[in-house]
This record gives sequence, structure tokens and C-alpha cells, in this order.
Amino acid sequence: MSVLERYEPLIDDVEAFSAACERPLPAAVRVNTIKTTIERAQAALAEADIPAEQTDWNPGLFILPDTSAGGNWPYVHGWLHGQEEVSAIPARVVDPQPGEAVWDCCAAPGSKTTQLAALMDDTGRLVATDNNMGRVSALRSNAERLGVTNLAITIEDSRNHSLKPFGGEEYDRTLVDVPCSCEGTIRKNPDVLEEWSYEHVEGTAGVQKGILKRAVQATREGGTVVYSTCTFAPEENEAVLDHVHDAESCQMVDFDLELDSRPGVTEWQDERFDESVTKAKRIYPHLNDTGGFFCAKLEVTG
Amino acid sequence: MSDTSTRFDRLPATDAERTVEQRATRAEVLDWFDDRFGIEPSVFEEHTFWERGAGKIWAFYGDMDSPVDIEGLGMTVLRTRQEHWKPTLEAVQRFGDHATRNTIALSREQATAFMAGDDQTLAWDGDWGYLIVTHELAGEQEPLGVGLYTYDELQSVVPKGRRREL
Ligand SMILES: C[S@@+](CC[C@H](N)C(=O)[O-])C[C@H]1O[C@@H](n2cnc3c(N)ncnc32)[C@H](O)[C@@H]1O
Repeated sequence: MSVLERYEPLIDDVEAFSAACERPLPAAVRVNTIKTTIERAQAALAEADIPAEQTDWNPGLFILPDTSAGGNWPYVHGWLHGQEEVSAIPARVVDPQPGEAVWDCCAAPGSKTTQLAALMDDTGRLVATDNNMGRVSALRSNAERLGVTNLAITIEDSRNHSLKPFGGEEYDRTLVDVPCSCEGTIRKNPDVLEEWSYEHVEGTAGVQKGILKRAVQATREGGTVVYSTCTFAPEENEAVLDHVHDAESCQMVDFDLELDSRPGVTEWQDERFDESVTKAKRIYPHLNDTGGFFCAKLEVTG
Repeated sequence: MSDTSTRFDRLPATDAERTVEQRATRAEVLDWFDDRFGIEPSVFEEHTFWERGAGKIWAFYGDMDSPVDIEGLGMTVLRTRQEHWKPTLEAVQRFGDHATRNTIALSREQATAFMAGDDQTLAWDGDWGYLIVTHELAGEQEPLGVGLYTYDELQSVVPKGRRREL
């Protein structure tokens, strides 16, 4: 059985799903509003004769059907960042406000970190953590290229994240964009399934639970935690939410998304999950012609 | 202190508070941006300046207790502890639109050579030294990077990792 076949019981139109997974994904760019406006970035792309299609759901996001993201003038000025559509979802669900304290606990290479910074108008405080030194270099380079100044970067295991350097202050909002099995990136990286194994799913799920728990603890009461992955595996999605929902003071909450999605699932193999996981959203490649994604919004209650 | 240190020290406000001899002060950094480029101190009102290693200055929105052991704090903006202080490309792109002097506007063709890392012969009747290089994008002059002007020549000091053939 191929890896994707294990998800067929969850999917309404298996044929469309399989066909979409085989189509390569075009490049996409997000406009960096720290340095420019959407209108001027659009004008700069037009000036460079680069066809760019604005997405319906996010005016700051453009599909580039004919080219790659880099190697053009607006990119060189730090006006654009290569970021695929679904990757631009979770920062908007976090919805950080200027002046807030925000933690991005699996941050490198920083596509979502820099998007969070832009949504905060580069004010307040944004803390970005990753445990991989090489990927943190890429994060730092991306953040500087895009002109982010409200960012403090730490290298540590987020499960043991310390608030000490930040005066012990809890965060208003936290993004938990965990490492995962990544089947949702198959349109960009067809080799992703070659490394797939059930042992890896189980091991990763343990890490995901640990990171999400720490994120809930480090966020203030009434604050927001957003959990996201690019895997279809319920073990790494609903099962993680279900576990943390029982172990920590938090609840799933509804959120709006202008992309087509399916609710989180309450049953998988012999497992049953709390009904509230249906508030999470599953995005399959055939629904909006994008990559695959999973996103849940939690409110901290204690 | 080497460049791989993760210790950041906030710049002292003025000379009177200086404890490390060669460390620049906040006042000096603000004066430098103002004197050299006409970027007013108010532009950095909300930012603190930090030194990591010997001479590299970072600008961070907000504040922290100093010193702090961390991997990054805002962005690198300036290289000090040398005769001619040198702004970073990233600082110029981020804050350079506030500059009123020592900026040089290049044509598209010249900007292309500049981004490729090429030096070029150019006329400039202002000060020698580090200049903010701009070029027109979407109808306005936009800061692109840092050039070093001496003897009729504009040297591109675009760091290797930022160079591009456009
Ligand atoms: C899906 S990627 C994050 C992508 C990033 N949010 C972006 O938008 O560019 C997951 C990241 O988590 C990091 N990671 C894995 N385990 C971690 C842990 N225990 N603590 C902190 N970071 C971890 C990995 O190094 C990887 O960079």
C-alpha cells in the first residue's frame, strides 16, 4: 500500500486527490509589507514582466506561473518572499497584533516568522526558536533580508523553552509549526514519501505533543496557540490535539479561512478523538489546487 | 570576543556610561546615521542597539536586559571599531528611505552591475566613502545597498550571499 492510500478513507474524492498530488506546484511569493505595499510590489512585478496572479483569499500572495520566486528586482529589494499558499495560512490564523509578544517555536527557515513580523508591523516582540543550527542561519538571513527588527532568535529544544531571557513574560500568541511527515509537500518534493515510515510518524508525534504542551504553558490565559503541519496523518494532527487538550488548560476554537477545507476527524483506525478536533481544518491538494495542510486554533484557558 | 559569540551587550547611551573602551555609544551611532546620511535619530526611537563580537552593531525593536546570550537580536546594521564605519545592505534597505544625503541613484544597467558585485567608474561630486545606492523601482528611488566611492569608482560591497545576476 502506498503511503497516500492510507488516507483514502478520509478523502471524499480520491481520484481528484491523487491527480492533484501528481501535479507540480507553481512558485508563489508573499509581499513583505515591512518594506513595501502590495500595490507597489505588484507594480514592480509588472514592470519586470513577471506574470503574477493575486490569490483570492490573501491579497498579499501571488502565484508566479512562469518563474521561480528569486532573481528579480522586487525580490532583491526584500519586497518578496518565496512562500507557497498553504504555508501562508497559519500566521494569519495566529493574527498577531502590533505590540504583542509572540513566539514562533519551530521557526526555521522563517517563512512564517517573517510573515508574523509583518503582521505585527515589526513592533512588539517576536521570539523565534529552532533546534537546528544550520536552519537558524537561514532564518537569520531571511529575517535580515526582509528587514525584520522585532525578532529575538534562540536555539533550543522548544519543549524546554525558557522565558528567562524575556523577563518571564508569557506570550500573547504562539505558532506551533511542528516538524512532521510532510506528505502535504509532495507537489513540491515528490521524494518525500520515500522517507516515510510508521516508526517516524510515532516518534514525531511524541515530539509534537511535547512542543505543543510547552507552547500552551508559555502562552498567557486567554492567549492563542495555532498548531499546524503539512501532513495528512491523524497521528500527527488530531491525536496530538486530543492529547494536549486532555493534558493542558486549553480548548479548540473555530476560525475562518477563505480556502476550502474539511474538518478534523474524530476517528482514525481504532482511535477516537475529542469532538472539538472537528474545529481544526484539513486542506487537501485537490480542494484549492495547493499543497496539503492542517491547521488548528486553540485558546489557553488556564 | 569572536563573531561566533552569542553574547549581546546593549550600547551605552553616552561616553559617560561606557565601560568597554572601544564600544560605540548609542549617541555615536545615532549621530553617525544623521551626519552621514541625514537619517534622523527619531527613526531609531523605538530601537535599542547591541554589540555582538567586536564591532558588529544590531538594531532591535524594544529592549532586553543586557547582556543577553542569544542567537539573534533584530538585524545587523553597522560595522564599527574601524576607521570608516560601514552600514549593512539590510540596514540600508530597511532604513535608507529616510536618507537625505550621500545617496547615489543608479540607472537600471548600473544597478545590475552593482548587484552582481562589479565595481564601476562613475562621476560623483559628493563625499568619498560609503554611499547608499538607490535605483528606481515601481516609480520611486528605492535603497538597494551600500557602495564605497573613491577615485572615480563605485565599489560594490554587496556581500557575496546577496549578489545576483539580474
Ligand atoms: C515545519 S519546519 C518549520 C518551518 C517554518 N515554520 C517556516 O515557516 O519556515 C519545523 C522546524 O522545527 C524544528 N524542530 C524540530 N524539533 C524541534 C524541537 N524539539 N525544538 C525546536 N525546533 C524543532 C526543525 O529544525 C524545523 O526547522
